[in-house]
Amino acid sequence: MSRAVAAAARPDRALHEALLRYVLRLGDTSLVLGQRLGEWVGHAPTLEEDLGLANLALDLIGQARLLLTYAGEIEGRERDEDALAYLRDAPEFFNLALAEQPNGDFGCTIVRQWLMDSWQLEIYTSLQESTDSRLAAIAAKALKETRYHYRFSSGWLVRLGDGTAESHERVQRAVDELWRFTGELFAADEVDERMVAVGIAPPLSTAEAHWSARVDEDLRAASLKRPAAQPYPWHGKRGVHTEHLGYVLAEMQHLQRTYPGARW
Amino acid sequence: MTDAGKPPASPEWPLFEVFIRSRAGLEHKHVGSLHAADARMAIEHARDVYTRRQEGVSIWVVRSVQIIASDPEEADALFEPARDKVYRHPSFYVIPDEVKNL
Repeated sequence: MSRAVAAAARPDRALHEALLRYVLRLGDTSLVLGQRLGEWVGHAPTLEEDLGLANLALDLIGQARLLLTYAGEIEGRERDEDALAYLRDAPEFFNLALAEQPNGDFGCTIVRQWLMDSWQLEIYTSLQESTDSRLAAIAAKALKETRYHYRFSSGWLVRLGDGTAESHERVQRAVDELWRFTGELFAADEVDERMVAVGIAPPLSTAEAHWSARVDEDLRAASLKRPAAQPYPWHGKRGVHTEHLGYVLAEMQHLQRTYPGARW
Repeated sequence: MTDAGKPPASPEWPLFEVFIRSRAGLEHKHVGSLHAADARMAIEHARDVYTRRQEGVSIWVVRSVQIIASDPEEADALFEPARDKVYRHPSFYVIPDEVKNL
């Protein structure tokens, strides 16, 4: 390749890498959150909630499959959705740190879900207009699911926040504890900026304003207080995770790691 | 229990009956019942429990206590008198050969 051609190709290469990273972030966030929700199966407070949480988990894993399949195609190293899900280590996962936080009690799971759902609502809504038609199609499908997830989680947030003294106290504690992970939801880095520049992804600042208004409204309805913004040392988007992700992956990947290529 | 200061454990959620319309144009059919704290939750539970395999396009829920049922003790009085009136079935007419779609 001549030097001139190489120079011309370089920006494309960087864009290609950024797109891969961006799609992995979306896919990994759905996958890890779905895996977390799956831990509730057989343990939820009622049979109906058990099924409800499992339904959310399956929607999220479905989104992850579409996104990781696409990521594998962008990457071009013949890694399919399974290879990406089961054969990467924690530093190669780029999910938001909020998604990997432990389930805690039911209220804590609901708060995490509600924060993630309101984030996905904004992101998927804007991604429908993406210049990347594949991402736009995935977002349009995922948005329908996410609208239901949000209906489910925001309904529970109000029910618990506005419920008994104990449910109020527990869910407020969960909001206080998880709030420090929300800073990452809208912190744009060079990958986000590159995606915005070519119209693939929405500017995070716009999404943040919508998200913030929605979250405030829900907190008010649930008689809960919004904690102050906090700095955060985790950058799940950059592969820097809390200690929890390793345990999630150990459980999720155990079978494929022990019996490589196992099928059933 | 020593924890006398705490409120009693919450009473069980009320029961709802669930009705699903499987396709546009068809009627809602009773499919079962479930527990939920309120109407919104009952719809969500019905969606999660009864429409996971595309069984429906519309859901009705109604509090079970709102349903007024006939008394099984009165079954004889209510239903027995119909038994010897088979002529109420429209099956005693001679259908003319010209009628194709009956």
